[in-house]
Amino acid sequence: MTIQISIDGKQITTTAGKTLVDVAAENGIYIPTLCYVKNKTCLGTCRVCSVKVSGNVMSACTVAVSDGMKVEVDEPEVSDMRKALVECLFTEGNHNCPSCEKSGRCELQAVGYEVGMVVSRFPYRFPVRERNHTSGKIWLERDRCILCLRCVEFIHDAESGKKIFSLSKRGAKARIEIDTELVESMSAGQVKVAANLCPVGCIIEKGHGFNEPIGQRKYEKKSIRERAVAKNNNE
Amino acid sequence: MNNLPKKECFSHDLPGTPMDSTVLAGRSEKIPVATIALCGCWGCTLSFLDMDEKLLALLEKITINRSSLTDIKRITKRCMIGFVEGGVANVDNIETLEHFRENCDILISVGACAVWGGVPAMRNDRELLDCLVEAYIDSPTAVPGAEEIIPSHEDIPQLTNKVYPCHEVVKMDYFIPGCPPDADAIFKVLDDLVNGRVVDLPASLNRYD
Repeated sequence: MTIQISIDGKQITTTAGKTLVDVAAENGIYIPTLCYVKNKTCLGTCRVCSVKVSGNVMSACTVAVSDGMKVEVDEPEVSDMRKALVECLFTEGNHNCPSCEKSGRCELQAVGYEVGMVVSRFPYRFPVRERNHTSGKIWLERDRCILCLRCVEFIHDAESGKKIFSLSKRGAKARIEIDTELVESMSAGQVKVAANLCPVGCIIEKGHGFNEPIGQRKYEKKSIRERAVAKNNNE
Repeated sequence: MNNLPKKECFSHDLPGTPMDSTVLAGRSEKIPVATIALCGCWGCTLSFLDMDEKLLALLEKITINRSSLTDIKRITKRCMIGFVEGGVANVDNIETLEHFRENCDILISVGACAVWGGVPAMRNDRELLDCLVEAYIDSPTAVPGAEEIIPSHEDIPQLTNKVYPCHEVVKMDYFIPGCPPDADAIFKVLDDLVNGRVVDLPASLNRYD
């Protein structure tokens, strides 16, 4: 069904039931996202896509558009909320961009630039997080994990369909675990998919590193905003 | 080592040759800027110099007082802008940063170390003593059989247990992230400030690495 919605005052004609974040992108309006992967089940874990829908704050990746919806993205209060969420993530873990292999193709970093973060308003916590380097294929650098659960939900063993990554414990102690047996049967291609799926530098492919020179890295060639709103945003 | 109390003498207390009066007069109308490198690597100061010919345009409007390059230890007159590189990792850093806050109208945190602690803050997830033992006693380059000593003297500033971002010690007014920030990012912020514009670092110049 064809419907009318408005985003930041712009009248948009679209189809009922589509995801708000996609509708916005199709119409050239960028809403930052971290856990959301287009055409996959919505996770709704990071809340970085928070916008105002008819006055209420909602995450744009979990909202299905309906007729007459009034959406505010570029609104001071909710823009600052999105920025605060990104700042939270930067203080909650240890995000040492200068020493991180993912730098330049990290979604968290790229979103940080888009929301205009230069420093966090929250105290930096410097938590102690145990790394897992036991696998021959993947480094698990939990320092950088933002618990988006992309790897948990979207990476499965090719043969058994079992999950390779899982979440253990709760709250501040929550952390990602890796199945040490299943990970060894991952193909090189699947390891690459998992590493690219991770929006931060938590899942790092072993045996590779710092391949692209500074200035030619993914989000330096084309910003995350441009990629999100591009008509053909495959790569 | 001599541990007796001694008379302190700073370079800024020593008699110096007075500056040429015409040079001084030329500077009197300009905006005084002070710079300092705390616990960092001087990379941000090098990035400052990387402004190259843009520095010349900037120097039409600013004059540099105490700086990382002139080795004057204290600010000699009130400055409008304080450019702070590096985080806070020892008591001398705290003292210097407070001196900057008292003598500068605007303080800018420049680079990852000043903004959140940076590479030195990688020691924040362990005990200070473990770091010192690793550096001086269990170091792979320690001389075998040598007396085990962790240096300690009144002339060596005492390390803080953790490394702190500058804004957790004094109020900082602006932030330029990056390791180091690009010369263009530094120029943009300084140029905005000296021309009285609202400081704005666009996403295209914002870098965390």
